[in-house]
Amino acid sequence: MANKLYVKDKDIVVPGQVLAEGMSYIPSGKAVRNGEAITATVVGKISNKGHVVKVVPIFEKYAPKLGDKIIGKVVSMNNYGWTLDIGVPVKCELDLREGSQSFIETGKMAQFFAVGDLVFVEIIGNRNGTFKVSAKDRLYRRLPSGHLINVASGLIPRLIGKQGSMINTLKDESGCNIIIGQNGYVYVHCDDTKNIYKVQDAINLIESDTTSSGLTEKVKKMLGGKN
Amino acid sequence: MTEKSEMSLVVKGRRIDGRKANELRKMTAEVGVIPQADGSAKFSMGETVAIAGVYGPKEVLPKHQTKDDRALIRVYYSMLPFSTTDRCRPGPSRRSKEISKVMIDALEAAIITEKYPATAIEIHVQILNANAGTRTAAINAASLALANAGIEMRDLVCAVASGKADDTILLDLFQPEDNFGQADLPIAVMPNRKEITLVQMDGDLSSKEFDEAMKLVMDSAMEIYEVQKAALTGKKEKKK
Amino acid sequence: MSLVNTEFIKESLNNNVRSDGRKLDEYRDIEIETGIIPQANGSARVKLGETEVIAGVKFSVGKPYPDSANKGMFMVNGELSPISNPNYRGGPPSPESIELSRVVDRAIRESKTVNFEDLCIEEGEAAWMLSVDIYPMNSDGNLFDAGVIAALLAIKTAKFPEYDKESGKVAHETRTKKGIKLQNVPVMVTIGKVGSKLLIDPTFEEESIMEARLNIATIDNGNICAMQKGGVTPITNEELKNAVKLATIKGKELRKLLNKY
Repeated sequence: MANKLYVKDKDIVVPGQVLAEGMSYIPSGKAVRNGEAITATVVGKISNKGHVVKVVPIFEKYAPKLGDKIIGKVVSMNNYGWTLDIGVPVKCELDLREGSQSFIETGKMAQFFAVGDLVFVEIIGNRNGTFKVSAKDRLYRRLPSGHLINVASGLIPRLIGKQGSMINTLKDESGCNIIIGQNGYVYVHCDDTKNIYKVQDAINLIESDTTSSGLTEKVKKMLGGKN
Repeated sequence: MTEKSEMSLVVKGRRIDGRKANELRKMTAEVGVIPQADGSAKFSMGETVAIAGVYGPKEVLPKHQTKDDRALIRVYYSMLPFSTTDRCRPGPSRRSKEISKVMIDALEAAIITEKYPATAIEIHVQILNANAGTRTAAINAASLALANAGIEMRDLVCAVASGKADDTILLDLFQPEDNFGQADLPIAVMPNRKEITLVQMDGDLSSKEFDEAMKLVMDSAMEIYEVQKAALTGKKEKKK
Repeated sequence: MSLVNTEFIKESLNNNVRSDGRKLDEYRDIEIETGIIPQANGSARVKLGETEVIAGVKFSVGKPYPDSANKGMFMVNGELSPISNPNYRGGPPSPESIELSRVVDRAIRESKTVNFEDLCIEEGEAAWMLSVDIYPMNSDGNLFDAGVIAALLAIKTAKFPEYDKESGKVAHETRTKKGIKLQNVPVMVTIGKVGSKLLIDPTFEEESIMEARLNIATIDNGNICAMQKGGVTPITNEELKNAVKLATIKGKELRKLLNKY
């Protein structure tokens, strides 16, 4: 069977589409080998380097996994810990002993996290379909009242930027505290609430940008310096 | 399949809407039409319009129906009361329950369910306007909605009905042909794999006529796929 | 499914700020299209922000009730269809679906916009019956106001099918040029109470945090024709009066828009 590549870098493909034929090509991302052929399993963009044919999904819903840093909301609590809503229909729990570095008395739980609070946590495991999270590390905590912006999962890497460059720009130029949850939520807290809408506009700008050249400058301009 | 029509449905190789025997109706497709859903699409074939919304992967309720190693696929097909010539009463009918059931099989074959163990994927499809071919439009919309939801699939699913009217084998029957025709054969196929996921038939077809009807369907599958592909690749991600 | 930050939204509302930047008494962008469903005798698609609702009218002929022998009938049916929002479940119509149906029905019925005597075909024998079905395609709150607009415009643009008096049969696939002349233009304004604030046209997010809901329908002369309160939290007479004032003013604005269709 001849080796043939039917797509090129940056092409957009759909499920079932034959990307290449021949055993010398290697499927990556959401591409699978189907006999001699390599096909895409989702709507995605081709990233082709040498013989690797990678499909990067365009439509992606957040799927929780180990190590993810996410934002959740406390919906209930009992003596064993807190139950969180993380914006996707899966069960998520924060056990009492994972609530903090220090020991938490069951009577004093609400002082740490009360029902209705927003929390920033990390996924540490999955037990029988229930995701377990932890707030032990200093990085994680209760988030005081702020605005939650819901964004598509695919946007998260662009909001963070290379080595955090974009999120730092967003924080510095708006003067707001911004935390990005990999589950598709951006928490924004500003002393002047008007700036929250500036951050929202900046995020919309990043989402609609296709050129990604000079984006940081455009964002800086939009946020217009600290207030 | 009822009484014979007083008028001819096919005259000199042309149907009453001007189409040739092997011609599909004009199709339109759009994704992301239901922002609240995880994936959605609208698909029309002639005047038949179907809208699909996908929710999932999500928790399975009731819990005992959970499949530990794969996703549970659920389909809810319904026709809106004003979508048909005679108003149909709201609520599931036997017909819509049967269509929901065959649609599960037609679509599950394409979904890589093992990637989503212990979850449910719910597909809701509503017919906004019915002019024959409603279950095939529904499958085309559902297939698009699944892809729009980012759910991994072996292939898209393309569906169309062929049939017989005035002793002629025709592709993509529309209402008059469906009402006064002699056979109806809705088929769904994964076009790249050339694998058939839905077969239903009623009427009267000789084995030669059946082969002819199947050929019309298989030859048109790619045309439907191209319409679906354009809808999926033309739009930028716009999910909230 | 979306996380809702209740505390922050309530705080913002106290400062007269809504998540989408609207003022408390501002409607979302409204989009209207009629005649979109060929099989329906009349139809309309209404978008209120991202809430999208389709209404369709189907005519049939039936025998009038003995106590209104020269009158036809109509009925509005609406549903919180699961396709439009992850929080809506399927199955038999929920109390919320039934409330939606009946509230929209009342707004249109009590406005007397449809003159039932116009629907009479033969006194005591035959009259037109209208079924108005309202289905949300996407639910982002306030199905009530969108539903009333869609139902009204579907009725306004509806055309009767041909009816054969001899056989008593309706030829559903036909259309005459005749429709229904509306006597009035009822509009519904839905108001939510959050703390001490009243906001109109709540989004799904706002609906999930608001304490009480008021649906207020008014007619052309500014009179109220239908009202409904929802939600557990009680309201004061003062709040109710303010809501009615607000609904009457906003109703006038909506009516101007509807008269274009």
